[in-house]
Amino acid sequence: MKRNKMVSDSPKNRQNVKTSILQGLGAAWPICLGYIPIGLAFGVLAQKAGLNPFQIMLMSILVFAGSAQFIAVSMLSAGAGAAAIIVTTFAVNLRHFLMSSSLAVFLGDTTRKKLSLFAYGVTDESFAVNHARFSQKTWGVDPALVVNHTANIAWVASTLMGGYSGRFFPEGAFGIDYALTAMFICLLIFQLKGRIYVLTAIISGLAAAVLSLMISGSSYIVLASIFAATTVLGIKKWSQ
Amino acid sequence: MTVHTGYLWIVLGMGLVTYLPRWFPLFFLARRNLPQWLIEWLDLIPAAILSALLVPELITVGTPRHLVLWRPELWVALPTFIFALKTKSLGGTVVVGMVLFWAVQKVM
Repeated sequence: MKRNKMVSDSPKNRQNVKTSILQGLGAAWPICLGYIPIGLAFGVLAQKAGLNPFQIMLMSILVFAGSAQFIAVSMLSAGAGAAAIIVTTFAVNLRHFLMSSSLAVFLGDTTRKKLSLFAYGVTDESFAVNHARFSQKTWGVDPALVVNHTANIAWVASTLMGGYSGRFFPEGAFGIDYALTAMFICLLIFQLKGRIYVLTAIISGLAAAVLSLMISGSSYIVLASIFAATTVLGIKKWSQ
Repeated sequence: MTVHTGYLWIVLGMGLVTYLPRWFPLFFLARRNLPQWLIEWLDLIPAAILSALLVPELITVGTPRHLVLWRPELWVALPTFIFALKTKSLGGTVVVGMVLFWAVQKVM
């Protein structure tokens, strides 16, 4: 019915918006699938720790970071103070600094307003999905924003559902607990674009495994990543 | 447990310290010309981070973490890895990984 209006400007924009939304949804669904079991589990745990659904939703919206939320809830039920919880959250989520830096390379034409909105949705998962597509040069900030916000909605909704009724969901159904691990495996393969990337992944994986056994918490992710990238860049520069 | 107004401040604080590291590099680095070495370094970061997230997840468990090599997470990772390598399909890999993991858990 609207076919004839395609010449004017506004339907064209609408077409672009539609394309971005469809592209974004196409990229986001594996993330959403992976968030469901984790979100439900978080909701159940938070409810057991004494949080009501509104408080659960508030944390999922304001923080939007899986592992930090799990840690915060267990600290809350252990009676930890506000400062300890906030400092721990900062340490756990500091890895996003590296991810945002890495994404920044592709977002030179983006307004600072949009960058600030985009920053809200940078998670391990959205970072990996968006970065893979940005580096194939098939991606823009608009579909990337759709990925971030679709994932955010899935996270908020599944944590809320867990808070209400998580006990009624069967645990481990259809291997859904493995969804994010499988996704990371494929996203890692997307990143192995040459020998130096393979070397980086091997060094980082080994370093992370060793460090995770030696130090508590999740700082091993940032430490291993910086160590591996720096070592491989050093080797590359030295051998040139 | 007592979570009243204190909870709001905790969550606001958590939100702020989570948002700032996400926001700072995008806001200050994106619209700037970065030195070549930094671009090359940042180019290696995704492979490094994904591997650092994945490997301990596959071969360690518990708090404190300890090494467990023969667990379904690792067995399933190998065929999933090969499938991903051959097909380069993200959705397909997620589904195959889930089905394999589910099957292995049924068998065990």
